[in-house]
Amino acid sequence: MDFELSEEHQMIRRMVRDFVEREIAPRADKIDESDEFPWDIFHRMAELGLLGMPFPEEYGGSGGDYLGLVIALEEVARASGSVAITFDAHTSLCCEPLYLFGTQEQKRKYLIPLARGEKIGAFGLTEPQAGSDAGATATRAIRDGDKWVLNGQKIFITNGSIADLVLVTAKTDPEKGTRGISAFIVEKGTPGFHQGRDEKKMGLKGSVTSELFFEDCRIPAENLLGDQNEGFKQFLVTLDAGRVAIAAMATGLAQGAFEKAVAYARERVQFGQAIARFQAIQWMIAEMATEIEAARLLVYRAAWLKEQGAQFTKEASMAKLFATETSERVCRKAIQIHGGYGYVREYEVERMYRDQRLCAIGEGTNEIQRLVIARHVLGK
Amino acid sequence: MNAIALVKHVPDTAQLSSALDGLKLMAEGPRIINPWDEYAVEECLKLREAHGGQVTVLSLGPAQATEALKQGLAMGADQAVLVSDPAFEGGDTLGTARALAAAITKLGTWDIVIAGRSALDGDTAQTAIQVAALLGVPQLTYVAHIREINFEAQTISVERMLEGGREVLTSRLPCVVSVVKEINEPRYPSFMGIRKAAKASIPAWTAADLNLDPATVGAAASGVSWAEVSLPPAREGACQIITGDTPEAMAAALVDKLMAEKII
Repeated sequence: MDFELSEEHQMIRRMVRDFVEREIAPRADKIDESDEFPWDIFHRMAELGLLGMPFPEEYGGSGGDYLGLVIALEEVARASGSVAITFDAHTSLCCEPLYLFGTQEQKRKYLIPLARGEKIGAFGLTEPQAGSDAGATATRAIRDGDKWVLNGQKIFITNGSIADLVLVTAKTDPEKGTRGISAFIVEKGTPGFHQGRDEKKMGLKGSVTSELFFEDCRIPAENLLGDQNEGFKQFLVTLDAGRVAIAAMATGLAQGAFEKAVAYARERVQFGQAIARFQAIQWMIAEMATEIEAARLLVYRAAWLKEQGAQFTKEASMAKLFATETSERVCRKAIQIHGGYGYVREYEVERMYRDQRLCAIGEGTNEIQRLVIARHVLGK
Repeated sequence: MNAIALVKHVPDTAQLSSALDGLKLMAEGPRIINPWDEYAVEECLKLREAHGGQVTVLSLGPAQATEALKQGLAMGADQAVLVSDPAFEGGDTLGTARALAAAITKLGTWDIVIAGRSALDGDTAQTAIQVAALLGVPQLTYVAHIREINFEAQTISVERMLEGGREVLTSRLPCVVSVVKEINEPRYPSFMGIRKAAKASIPAWTAADLNLDPATVGAAASGVSWAEVSLPPAREGACQIITGDTPEAMAAALVDKLMAEKII
């Protein structure tokens, strides 16, 4: 048993932290305030090879692994949840399924520019009537000669309106339920594909969350991702990895808020001494530190299991459930320690609290995670 | 072109706190590559990009100092050498310079040695100068820009950053240069560099490997020792908030107070 990160992973953490401290952290507040997508940061991340981290170099990646990606996501989220969710959706939800299920030709054509960050990707699963119940997908794909014709609507799609490429799920065999769903690659500019308005969100401002519409959208037959009617299985696999990624993001947000709270507790003087000397504050800090540590271990272990090629569905759900509820508790306490200052924007923990809230909802609500865990424990 | 960057593994002074002060930070605290040395590595890499050749990163320190060397490798240096021996412990800058100069000589032909202007911990800015003196080559310190370098003609022209201005100097190569942070923007390590660095096994040269008499290095030969290191005393001061009806009135009140205190 070995709980030490490898030298390579430690160096990746140092490198990403250095980049984040220099180029993201000083702007995190502005990104939240302006609610504008920071294209220059996305391009810098591309230059540094972050966006294609876990993929082989032949596909435009950096030749790293999933644990490395998880560490990078954690470090980015420590400063900005908005940049982290963009990174997560692009790399973990769009590039990853292309890498896992795409044909050689699809990977060459689509994964390479995405992994290099020359293009930005999105993953379209959720619909107005199909959230946790992905089997209720209403978007329809009908084969017509050498084309697939898509009709339907997707909502809450991260990077949706700015994506050059979207992976979308659609029913190809409606009678077969979840076994009749397939995934398709749709390029921006395809006639009948409309990238709709962006949602105004509670947090993660500066990241893009959009509606997508498909109206007789005709895409080439070869844009079916992998095999027909495999879409449901594909996104279950994608979401297993995605859950580890969002758990890493929650851990990073918690870590960021925790550090702010510790620094504030050391500086803030009340009753003639730093409030860090009061037991009430110490207990909060002890709980925060312990829960973050536990969350991180669950996240790293799930990423490690994935890397070993082992089953990690239950562990991914556990990591997601625990880390995203930890981030809520930690950010709440971080605000509490700051008192009134925690409620105003200047001290950043307010933003982190809003940003982390999505983590308990996206990539499967925490209620779904509990269901997945219970099924693994009790059997179906 | 053979360029050598001198790097030091130093305590991370950003971690200074009431729990980790002075000597304790020096002894137990987390360590980083000396920030100024990253500019030295970057400048060597830029020279290689422009002229071809090889970049070596060199450090003196305990085994743990390989971390600083690995940072240099991850940024793109071709090779790294650690100079490490219990005999070097407790040495002053001259002892350190003797060992580094011997290691540079052992590396063979070289054109330029670049170091950061000083180290974050000792902050003496002496080592690079002493290395130059021991090697019998010119030293160009506080360099903010290399204007021209010609490896065929073995000449270099640099701008030195001095208080109140810049000074242009030309020199012959080989020479030792110390750089300030105005000279460049150090790159982040690349993933390929990180993988290479993580796998690299870095040779450690001892006093014997360098044919150094242990009596000339380390604590044995040290003329200077650190008796104590402590945090600066906490500043005493009171904050005064200037109030007023308009920004103009507040500014006027501030000016009055500054003039009364003879600050302006």
